[in-house]
Amino acid sequence: MREDRSPILELQGITKSFGGVEALRGVDFALHPGEIHGLVGENGAGKSTLMKIIAGVHTEFTGRFLVDGKETHFRSARDAHAAGIAMVHQELSVAPDLTVAENVFLGNQPTNALGLVQWRRMAREAGEQLARFGINVDPMSRLGDLPIGLQQLIEIARVLFSGARIVILDEPTSALSPPEVERLFATLRRLREAGTAIVFISHFIEDILLVSDTVTVFRNGRKVAETASAATSKGALIEAMIGRGGEALEHSYTDDLMLPQPSDSSVILKVDQLSLARSLKDISFEARAGEVLGIYGFMGCGQQELSRILFGKLKPDGGTLAVEGKPKTFASTAAARRAGVALVPESRRDMLFHQEPVYKNISISILDRISSLLLKPAQERDIAKRQVEQLQIRPPVVGLDLGMLSGGNQQKVALAKWLTYPPKLLVLCEPTRGMDVGAKNDVINIVRDLRTRGLAIIVLSTEPETVLSLADRILVLKRGAVVREFKNEPVSKDRLLEAA
Amino acid sequence: MASSETAFAEAHRARGLAPFLRSQMRNIAPFLTLIFLSAFFCFASPSFATLDNLGNILTQVSVTGIIAVGLTFVILCAEIDLSIASIANVTGIAVAYFTLQESYVNIANIPLPGAVAILLSILLCALLGLVNALGLTVIGIPSFIMTLAMMQIAAGISALLVRGQIAYKVPGLITTLGSGSIGGIPWIVIVAAIMLLGGHLVLTYTRFGRYVYMVGGNREAAEYSGLNVKLILGAVMVISAVCSGIGGMLGVAHFGSAQQNEFDTYLLDSIAAVVVGGTSLFGGRGGIGNTIVGLFVLGVLNNGLDHVNIDSFLKILIRGLILLAALVINVYAQRLREKAAE
Repeated sequence: MREDRSPILELQGITKSFGGVEALRGVDFALHPGEIHGLVGENGAGKSTLMKIIAGVHTEFTGRFLVDGKETHFRSARDAHAAGIAMVHQELSVAPDLTVAENVFLGNQPTNALGLVQWRRMAREAGEQLARFGINVDPMSRLGDLPIGLQQLIEIARVLFSGARIVILDEPTSALSPPEVERLFATLRRLREAGTAIVFISHFIEDILLVSDTVTVFRNGRKVAETASAATSKGALIEAMIGRGGEALEHSYTDDLMLPQPSDSSVILKVDQLSLARSLKDISFEARAGEVLGIYGFMGCGQQELSRILFGKLKPDGGTLAVEGKPKTFASTAAARRAGVALVPESRRDMLFHQEPVYKNISISILDRISSLLLKPAQERDIAKRQVEQLQIRPPVVGLDLGMLSGGNQQKVALAKWLTYPPKLLVLCEPTRGMDVGAKNDVINIVRDLRTRGLAIIVLSTEPETVLSLADRILVLKRGAVVREFKNEPVSKDRLLEAA
Repeated sequence: MASSETAFAEAHRARGLAPFLRSQMRNIAPFLTLIFLSAFFCFASPSFATLDNLGNILTQVSVTGIIAVGLTFVILCAEIDLSIASIANVTGIAVAYFTLQESYVNIANIPLPGAVAILLSILLCALLGLVNALGLTVIGIPSFIMTLAMMQIAAGISALLVRGQIAYKVPGLITTLGSGSIGGIPWIVIVAAIMLLGGHLVLTYTRFGRYVYMVGGNREAAEYSGLNVKLILGAVMVISAVCSGIGGMLGVAHFGSAQQNEFDTYLLDSIAAVVVGGTSLFGGRGGIGNTIVGLFVLGVLNNGLDHVNIDSFLKILIRGLILLAALVINVYAQRLREKAAE
């Protein structure tokens, strides 16, 4: 049925390079109306670069770019928008202080003859649109007050209903709970019936196979496969992505996994009756040396707040923290660091200095150990080189600006900054989010190695796989409370999802 | 690994000169402005390019230079200090207030030994800087607003101390440093040079200097790296106030009098020097080297306009336009750099 329609968008021989490094090499890509097109590939394979070209974000490239069969060159994202192309980026870009309705109509609020905003009409229409998407919220409530997953759904809904003919979704499901993902997919299918062309980028290959008609695989800036979703499998796609027998790498975690006997080594962190406004309720747990404690829960379950409290970034309303038996109230992140706590937040942007070289990023947290008054750059570089070598950060050049590294390598730098003088407690938020299979395995190995060195490690994640692949003991967090602890018993993805 | 590093470094270098120049725009543009302005005035006026006049320019920018040292720290942290001129003024007035004045000066002052007067004055400006620091970090008032209030507070203290009168005497040491000279070189130029050099060394070679750049580059990341961001921000506000205070004391000796509002133009001049020099208003980029170039641009401009026959009212407009041009370059340099990094 697709074949007799001409493509709405066609790219031929697209090549794009950043500072001499080719990110895309001679890529052909076609998108048809009424098609959901899945894109998979490791980090840095070129998916996002291609999509940013389509969305008019990158404007310099070589190759032919045709919209409706006509050669076109976008000079800005605005041009792409005018041509009916809309993109939902991986990071949330909403206005949290505006109402839900204002966010839905951002940029084209309905106005009357005098140019005044028609609030009632806007609220009604926003409510209707969202209801079609299965979202029932008061359109006049402040967006920032809603859970993150819901905010993301509203952003996606805004783009889907903007009337765009081509919609690009970059990792739309990573912050969504399973029922929310279901709702999203139902909506995508409905839009497909209406003739919208949709590009769907995800690391969740099951999602891609479930919802898309066609899958394209990228590797090292080239398109290595394009196939009908019905005619392929997860294993085959992974193999195409990484170019080797990859099935063994991607553990599915659908089967039961036996958690070990709880550790009886010394307690590094004791949390008692911790609470924070509406986010956390009476959280109590212990983290022991040489143990990885996994904390699982859906987006908005309070994980983020918990991790920030442990690192002194947020102050709890009640409850106590003790590190190695000594009660602590962290007045600042500096105090937490001195007490031996380290945090790697989920967002690299929050953690790294993009305009500074790699070695300064790695040494920043331990400068006070290296130097008292004067800097010792040679020593900083040596320390950074060792970490770069150990974590296999590519390219292995410590003088390079961090911004030149790919996302996965940046994530490794974020980890590397804590490893020269290991902390007592390492808190990792979403340590493998957005990583390809190979990089994920690297991180898993690093964490296991740190565990054998006697660190207490807490891994917080909204992805069951992440927690299952790393943790010795698992807490499930739901609406700010610990609802279940898994220890010394079988656990699986299903059991975790059920508990949450 | 070493070989792969060299190979990559070469590949990196092979990207060519253009991206490198683009990323260095921030440093190149102010320098070109300086050369252009100097060439223009050399051509336009025979009295401009003399050794004497170079000395004039140096002396004229000295007070601004001393104040700009501290302000560079503040702007590198992506904050601003609008109270610098007021604090300079009140410190200059304070040091005169603690010095025995001639009998015809009608100020109910408290004469103290010179060293004590200087120490108290420095304590005063440090204290005002500390108030700025506490307002910014503990209470969380944006520096723009906090220092705006401090501008008024410092002006208020100045007014109460001199009550519209003029004081002339300052301690001997201050008189020497402000208006004396050694071997033909004014002491004030030497002090400015030493302070600029000191600021440069602190920013480039000390741990604190690195922290200043990192906090300015990405405050959130600095906090997630376990740096005491509030302490660093507080420290730069105090440094700024103390530099302003020193500039104010020497300025009073240099002008020969201490009175209300005599430093008013130094607020804009100091900010202009830092920003024209290319230090990023968004923090994390630039430094004392940039500030020195900025000082010379301003000095050459102010001095040169006096050498050519030009409507003195037009001068004000021209200075404003040059400042605007520098701001445009500042913002564009940031964008070009981001592009080069892409």
